[in-house]
Amino acid sequence: MSLIEIKKLNKAYESGEECVMALVDVDLNIEKGEFISVMGPSGSGKSTLLTILGGLNHPTGGEVVVDDIPIYKLSLEKLADFRREYLGFIFQSFQLIPYLTVIENVMLPLSITEKTNREQVKMAEEILERIGLRGKERRLPDQLSGGEQERVAIARALVNSPPILMADEPTGNLDSKTGKEIMDLFKSLHEEGQTIVMVTHNPENTAFSTRTISLKDGRVENNGGKA
Amino acid sequence: MRLKDISINNLRRRKGKVFSLILGLTIGITTVVTLISITRMMNEDIANKLDEFGANILILPRSDDLSLSYGGMSVGGVSVDAQTLMDSDVPKISQIEAKENLSTVSPKLIGVMEIEGKKIPLMGVQFSEEIRLKKWWKVHGSEPKSRDEALLGNEVAVRLFKSTGDTLPINGKPVRISGILDETGSQDDFAIFADLTFVQEVMKKPGSLSLIEVSAYCNTCPIEEIVRQISKQLPHAKVTAIKQTLQTKMEALDHFKKFSVGISIIVLLIGSLIVFTNMMASVNERKREIGIFRAIGFRKSHVVRIIFLEALIVGLIAGIIGYAWGLGVSQVIGPMITGMKGGKIFIDPLLAIGAIFLSSLIGILSSAYPAIHASKMDPTTALRAL
Repeated sequence: MSLIEIKKLNKAYESGEECVMALVDVDLNIEKGEFISVMGPSGSGKSTLLTILGGLNHPTGGEVVVDDIPIYKLSLEKLADFRREYLGFIFQSFQLIPYLTVIENVMLPLSITEKTNREQVKMAEEILERIGLRGKERRLPDQLSGGEQERVAIARALVNSPPILMADEPTGNLDSKTGKEIMDLFKSLHEEGQTIVMVTHNPENTAFSTRTISLKDGRVENNGGKA
Repeated sequence: MRLKDISINNLRRRKGKVFSLILGLTIGITTVVTLISITRMMNEDIANKLDEFGANILILPRSDDLSLSYGGMSVGGVSVDAQTLMDSDVPKISQIEAKENLSTVSPKLIGVMEIEGKKIPLMGVQFSEEIRLKKWWKVHGSEPKSRDEALLGNEVAVRLFKSTGDTLPINGKPVRISGILDETGSQDDFAIFADLTFVQEVMKKPGSLSLIEVSAYCNTCPIEEIVRQISKQLPHAKVTAIKQTLQTKMEALDHFKKFSVGISIIVLLIGSLIVFTNMMASVNERKREIGIFRAIGFRKSHVVRIIFLEALIVGLIAGIIGYAWGLGVSQVIGPMITGMKGGKIFIDPLLAIGAIFLSSLIGILSSAYPAIHASKMDPTTALRAL
């Protein structure tokens, strides 16, 4: 049983009288511990695929099953709980909350759990230590470099120890040196057993992943050799 | 970290907008507190000035024969000696349930005496009570201090050619005129006022009374209730409320209360509108942020709670400031309207709690739609970058 199963996935967007198919009959299986890169030109449907996998965007047809849970059969509130328990998101442009400090941003997913403040701080400090941001806990996002902000976003995505990490263009806003550092961090996370699904434009990044899925015009052009 | 920390941090970040939000709501609460305080001042003013209005309850003997008039009101039973009111009735009045609302109880015996060939009304009064009751009296000379001193109405003094210090024979007993009243424009100008016990003696009616005038005020109950209680104590007497004395003032107060309610509603509506538009703008500005919250697993209820917590904090602050400002403004404006002195600031915990509660309630109600709107935002639309 795969960790993520995607069956006959379709997504249509209505634009005025036009109907644009963003995804057409996509079938995919992702195993636990895989590091997947999703490649494709602009408009190929890779971001749509990521949002659907992330429980953020209801498909027009088909099914997404994660850990045996058909996620789009869940109520909206249960779907939110699913995102909190199963997924860690790393958004394009970091998407940190500007008025929260580094540690508060990292603790954000924990703020709606039963964990005490002390437990939250301990968990956040551990993850910040791991990604090399200790000593900068009290800073605000705009006092950090792009690379550091990306690391805070990664720490926020990992603090809950989610089974799946989802990243949308994680190096898109970084210089090549910092981008390489971030990809090295992803690699080490993967080596520790983390399942990662990453959307990227950069072919160099695919070298870090175990499988690359190519999309074109909403269809899977190449699923990386997996049936 | 808890949701409240997110709310507090967001409010801290948006200082300028939060200031205008608090200010809008504060003005509304200030207005309400000011108007309530002024209404209370006016109420208190009426209570304080009660003595100046004179009596508002008249107690007469029960009699079918109403032949004597006093102050424009019929005084029953005097001419036919059907007196049923006695000195012993006076303390009974002070035993009613609403005794704290009684200001003055002034018993009187009224008769007509022939003095120097002229028929003149003679009133036996307790001067301490009568002078308290008739604040408008201006005495030339001094108030009577003993049984054998009297006050003369202005017209009587002219008709009898008497002035302060002269002696007047009443039923053969000499009485010293301690003072003469300024013209009052009432029947008091035509009467002689002497000590009650003295008049009872000369009229040979010991312990008898013609009427009792009562000055009472009740903030919380109608004057009719006091009348009912006195009637119960004095079943043999006829107790009547003289409504005119307070009616005009009460009507003015009633108009002011209605005006206050109207103004309060308008100002609070404006305050609500300010909160609503500000919160709506804030929610729209924070689309992306709300999208992040939703994406990382916040339920709709969590988003609603963040917005409501912000509204509650703003409401609490505006309530506290609004109450304090309202107290201050009412101290300045109140005396101008009521003519009372400002003096000490009276902190009413109930009004304070009410103001803070009202402010918080308006904050939350006005934020209800923005909060629900925020919770329904599609995370993918909110996170355009995705």
